[in-house]
Amino acid sequence: MSEIVPPEVRPKPVVPAKPSHVAPPSGAPFLPSPQGTGGEGQGSGRGSALLGYIGIDTIIEQMRKKTMKTGFDFNIMVVGQSGLGKSTLVNTLFKSQVSRRSASWSRDDKIPKTVEIKSVSHVIEEGGVKMKLTVVDTPGFGDQINNDNCWEPISKYINEQYEKFLKEEVNIARKKRIPDTRVHCCLYFISPTGHSLRQLDIEFMKHLSRVVNIIPVIAKSDTLTLDEKIEFKQKVRKELEVCGIECYPQKEFDEDMDKSDNDKIREMMPFAVVGSDKEYQVNGKRVLGRKTAWGVVEVENPNHCEFSLLRDFMIRSHLQDLKEVTHNIQYETYRAKRLNDNGGLHPINSSGHDTQESNL
Amino acid sequence: MEHLSSTTNRFVNAMYRQRGKSFLKYKQLSSLAIGDCEDAELAYTMRDLPPRAGHTFPGSEMPMMDREPDGSSHPHTPGTPTFTRPLSRSLEPELVRRSQLSSMSSLDSPMSPSRPKSPWGRFDPYDSAEDQDKEYVGFATLPNQVHRKSVKKGFAFTLMVAGESGLGKSTLVNSLFLTDLYKDRKMLNAEERISQTVEITKHTVSIEEKGVKLRLTIVDTPGFGDAVNNTECWRAVEDYIDQQFEQYFRDESGLNRKNIQDNRVHCCLYFISPFGHGLRPMDVEFMKTLHEKVNIVPVLAKADSLTPEEVRKIKMKICEEIERFDINIYQFPECDSDEDEEIKLQHQELKDSIPFAVIGSNVQVESQGRRFRGRQYPWGVVEVENPEHSDFLKLRNMLVRTHMQDLKDVTRETHYENYRAQCIQNMTHMVVRERKRSLCNRVRDSASDLPLPLVPVDSNTERLIWEKDEEVILFSLA
Repeated sequence: MSEIVPPEVRPKPVVPAKPSHVAPPSGAPFLPSPQGTGGEGQGSGRGSALLGYIGIDTIIEQMRKKTMKTGFDFNIMVVGQSGLGKSTLVNTLFKSQVSRRSASWSRDDKIPKTVEIKSVSHVIEEGGVKMKLTVVDTPGFGDQINNDNCWEPISKYINEQYEKFLKEEVNIARKKRIPDTRVHCCLYFISPTGHSLRQLDIEFMKHLSRVVNIIPVIAKSDTLTLDEKIEFKQKVRKELEVCGIECYPQKEFDEDMDKSDNDKIREMMPFAVVGSDKEYQVNGKRVLGRKTAWGVVEVENPNHCEFSLLRDFMIRSHLQDLKEVTHNIQYETYRAKRLNDNGGLHPINSSGHDTQESNL
Repeated sequence: MEHLSSTTNRFVNAMYRQRGKSFLKYKQLSSLAIGDCEDAELAYTMRDLPPRAGHTFPGSEMPMMDREPDGSSHPHTPGTPTFTRPLSRSLEPELVRRSQLSSMSSLDSPMSPSRPKSPWGRFDPYDSAEDQDKEYVGFATLPNQVHRKSVKKGFAFTLMVAGESGLGKSTLVNSLFLTDLYKDRKMLNAEERISQTVEITKHTVSIEEKGVKLRLTIVDTPGFGDAVNNTECWRAVEDYIDQQFEQYFRDESGLNRKNIQDNRVHCCLYFISPFGHGLRPMDVEFMKTLHEKVNIVPVLAKADSLTPEEVRKIKMKICEEIERFDINIYQFPECDSDEDEEIKLQHQELKDSIPFAVIGSNVQVESQGRRFRGRQYPWGVVEVENPEHSDFLKLRNMLVRTHMQDLKDVTRETHYENYRAQCIQNMTHMVVRERKRSLCNRVRDSASDLPLPLVPVDSNTERLIWEKDEEVILFSLA
């Protein structure tokens, strides 16, 4: 976990006239900071040779302890037509019953008339680390006959969270730890037709890829044979390129050291996943899977589906990165736009009595 | 079956014309038709004549068996007094031929004079032993005649497939009929599809199997349900079906009705996505709009993505929703009460499997030493034709082997007749409206002409006038 660095080390984008072209290289003097100060165990030849052991590297341990005590938040949003296995996948990802379905007793499968936003929070703990996980579900998306602008409620929700955070930030008496309800990651579920993306998919991603980190996944991919899977993925990637949609991890926010890793990941996206919360016995082991008349689909077997890849990517290696990109780039973009629009920060919402104006 | 009796009559008349009163020949040709009672009497009397074995006649004209089915002429023109001889003469070659070509008939029963050689061979309904001694008129062979005529003419069947793209419609059609109808299909990518509207495409293919010709037309609906706003995307489908009805209506009311081409849609396979939780709003709307116009058979597509438990649940849900929304899908005709238990059981199974959970594939895979059509996954191989894996076999049997004719009949008797009645009703209303309007105009005009103020016709009289008008129109149209 060498990437536990406080956010300030990352280059803060200068507030530009066109906020959408924020790019890390603008902060050149800040970039080689970990190496420049000669600390943090990187051991470059730049710094002076140490004559003995000081103990600077224990800062990692200190930070770790602190994080464990405070815990951290993670907000994930799942978007897709009903029946694509969104709730099941989230349950499988976090190995617990965290989705909306499990929270409410009435397993109501009626399709709502407009897109609703429902969020459910749980605190899960592993290895002494506490995580407050919030799953935001969007029932009704793409289910109607007329799905025009069905992404608007979602877009509104995301911006509202940014607004909330912004208001807390510009407060004079700020809280020590601002509750972070911003959506860190949006899993978009693609229906496994095997042909190409649907119009609705493209419209949604076009509107939202600049606002939130989108990770597209191919849902219920046990419908596709190996060849069909490869072909479908290629088609999807090509279409995303043609439409200019950048999914997470975005190429423009790549740092040099991440580039090759991220490239590898981009080659494999979108991940073709299968979710399941039932266990079956296969070769003497108990595995999560789906049992059909012709075999058992193992969820965690990389030959069967890419669920384990998705999980490793999202949780084990890029969880912090997701949060950082959300905070540093998506949120900053929103903030810059708001500042520009108003020529100063006034609390625009009616609930503005307690927040006081600050001079910037 | 009016047309059948007319054919029979024509046949009989042809016989008469060719050979005068050749009752003999007529009777010998397996007693297919009943002419007027005179002939029937003669037929009965002739049956009592014993066979005259041992006669040889020079130049036994033409092989009896070949000629009989075609009903061509017999050169001798027996008058009434000579019927004995021609009888035995024609019987002789029959005997000979019978022994030679005994494989043609299922029973090698001793021939009696009342049992002339039948062209139906083993399909002859009178071939069993108990039938040999009874006296029959012989019209039980009518189905065979119909069969033979239809086989010559060939069959036509139009199947429509509807559903969102990517549900495996084309693959299923190819699997059902073992053809490749979609060889040169170009898949549009999402950019190109933004401005696409629902189209209707037709592919026709002629398939022949064991001498039976089928002209199969597949009507496809690319673009259905693919847009962001899918309001009224079934309008194109509805219009197409109405168009076909209209075309047939016109042809039927026309002067030359010999070669009417039946392009009416006989069956519509509607593909339901397995990824939802039952029927989507669009599915319901589509089926509600079209259930009175075409036979809808709902199909659960890509069923290999579901476990058997899930299949059961979703089928139940769909059936429940179909009932709740009052959708009239195609109902199988009831079994007759005298059919045996096995058939009834099969029938019940078929009914319980709606919607059919299908998997389509035209790719051959090999597993455990066998080759079959299926889909290969890393965790197993799905067989298309295995009844435990999918309902493909049931669907195919229903569509092709058992219910094809019934689908056509329901289309013809119910849907088409409804359309026709509505059409005529609309026409009537239009005419009545026209007359009302023209009468109104006339009244108005005349009002301006007359120097006297027109007496306002009271509403009662007016109503009577309109009613009379309608009666007249209906009478003229009937």
